[in-house]
Amino acid sequence: MKGRQTERIIRGFLYLIIAAFLLWAYRSGAFQFILDNPDDLLYLLKQHIELVALSSFLAVMVSVPVGILVTRPRFRKYAWIAVNTANIGQTIPSLAVLALVLTYFGIGYFTAVFALWVYSLLPILRNTIAGIENINPSIIDAGKGMGMTSRQILWRLELPNALYAILAGIRTSIVINVGTAALAFLIGGGGLGDLIFTGISLYDTGIMLAGALPVTLLAITLDYVLGKAEKWIIPKGLQRNLDHV
Amino acid sequence: MIRFKNVTKTYESENKSVTAVDNVSLEVEAGHICVFLGPSGCGKTTLLRMVNRLIPITSGTIEINGKEIQSFDVIELRRSIGYVIQQTGLFPNMTIEENICVVPQLLGWDRVKMKQRYNELMDMMGLNPDEYRNRYPWELSGGQQQRIGVARALAADPPVMLMDEPFGALDPIIRERLQNEFLRIQGDVKKTILFVSHDIDEAIKLGDTIAIFQAGRLMQHGTPDEILANPQDQFVSEFVGNDRALKRLTLFTVRELLKKAGSGTGKASANKLAATSQVHVDANLRTALSVILSSDTGEAAVVDDQGQSVAVLRLADFESFTGIHPKRLTSIVQ
Repeated sequence: MKGRQTERIIRGFLYLIIAAFLLWAYRSGAFQFILDNPDDLLYLLKQHIELVALSSFLAVMVSVPVGILVTRPRFRKYAWIAVNTANIGQTIPSLAVLALVLTYFGIGYFTAVFALWVYSLLPILRNTIAGIENINPSIIDAGKGMGMTSRQILWRLELPNALYAILAGIRTSIVINVGTAALAFLIGGGGLGDLIFTGISLYDTGIMLAGALPVTLLAITLDYVLGKAEKWIIPKGLQRNLDHV
Repeated sequence: MIRFKNVTKTYESENKSVTAVDNVSLEVEAGHICVFLGPSGCGKTTLLRMVNRLIPITSGTIEINGKEIQSFDVIELRRSIGYVIQQTGLFPNMTIEENICVVPQLLGWDRVKMKQRYNELMDMMGLNPDEYRNRYPWELSGGQQQRIGVARALAADPPVMLMDEPFGALDPIIRERLQNEFLRIQGDVKKTILFVSHDIDEAIKLGDTIAIFQAGRLMQHGTPDEILANPQDQFVSEFVGNDRALKRLTLFTVRELLKKAGSGTGKASANKLAATSQVHVDANLRTALSVILSSDTGEAAVVDDQGQSVAVLRLADFESFTGIHPKRLTSIVQ
């Protein structure tokens, strides 16, 4: 009961911040700018989504299989290599990742996707590994003892039971990616960062927020949609902890 | 039948080797329950897990119905052996029906046959098949989960079952109920069962034979009566406890005692005894003894199903049967 109440207070507080943010955007003319330049905004939004979608997709495609691979008994001792590599990727500030990648690949869309991809790997990789390793060992023992092959154990036991953690990692990674993708503008990758940095250069809060606001809304929307998607994807038997989402 | 021949398991680490199972030879007859009993770390679970090759054998052989386990394909071997563990190991992502049908499904049974088997097993467990079909393990109580665990192990009707402390995590009342159900089911299905336990009472209750282990070595293997009556050495006698004579009483019923002692001692006075001093003819001797000890006259009326008293039981009657000396017991009572 008490937790419920705290949750409601925090939730209300967050709504208040968002409302204040919207009010600020309205007062500084961000909405006016959006209404005056709908095509520009749509173009940049599309570019932004493409950046996020491509880099996140590639990150999932790499992180999940690598996470599965390093939790196999044969490769388990190499798990720390994968995690540390991704960890280092994460400790470098996102701006520095962009700058580093820039020195090798030059400016442009590809460079931006690559940098965002590197930056998206860790949360997914780490959650995949943690999700698989935290499965109650008695489940795996029972599966093995009843004569499941290691492939059946992976597909029928490990992945379904680790799915909650894996999807949570993907969700976190994508939401962070939406924010980080605003920096892509700096290396010629486009996206809503275009408006943000233009606004900053021109000391025009309106233009800056006209970029920042869609980024925020995109992140919130994606988080919500992915949260709903989890309920569809995760096996029903594992959803007792998901009621409040 | 399961036959262990000089089975040894040693774990080698860099500078030492640890012997978890030390040269164990043992035979379990078909249709019998053999309880592996011993303190934790005595190698009983290791020995159990060697049967379905979850742990590889260092040396020696294990045979099931005359066939060496190494000669089977490991996956096929495991599918032909029922396996129940303490933490139930039910798969949380699968419904109860899916859980029970895991092995049949691995064996490629058709849907109709699987569904039929599910209904059959649930009836056997005393659970309503339709009520639980689409529910998930977390929605069930610990006792229900363990029933499902046993049903799952029985699903493909394996001749051999391995049970690793299946009732260990349950509270005493539920545990006893499940033990009784388990014995009832075993009476029908007659599996050859290896059952790991650390609880002497459970071993006495369930085991056709008990194998007691210490530090990887088999100390004694025999029927509960043999072990309680003649513990082979100090370890076994300490492990079964100083009250082993009392435990032994649980193995026999009043009916058996009367048969041996020659029934009908003092039928006339039986009716005078208060209802509190009555004991059912199928009650075990431990209960009977308790009734006698708590009765004012030191006697208990033995009653049959109709509540008719058929005999009177006194402390002295115990001697003829179990070798427990009533004189010593009397001194405890007074």
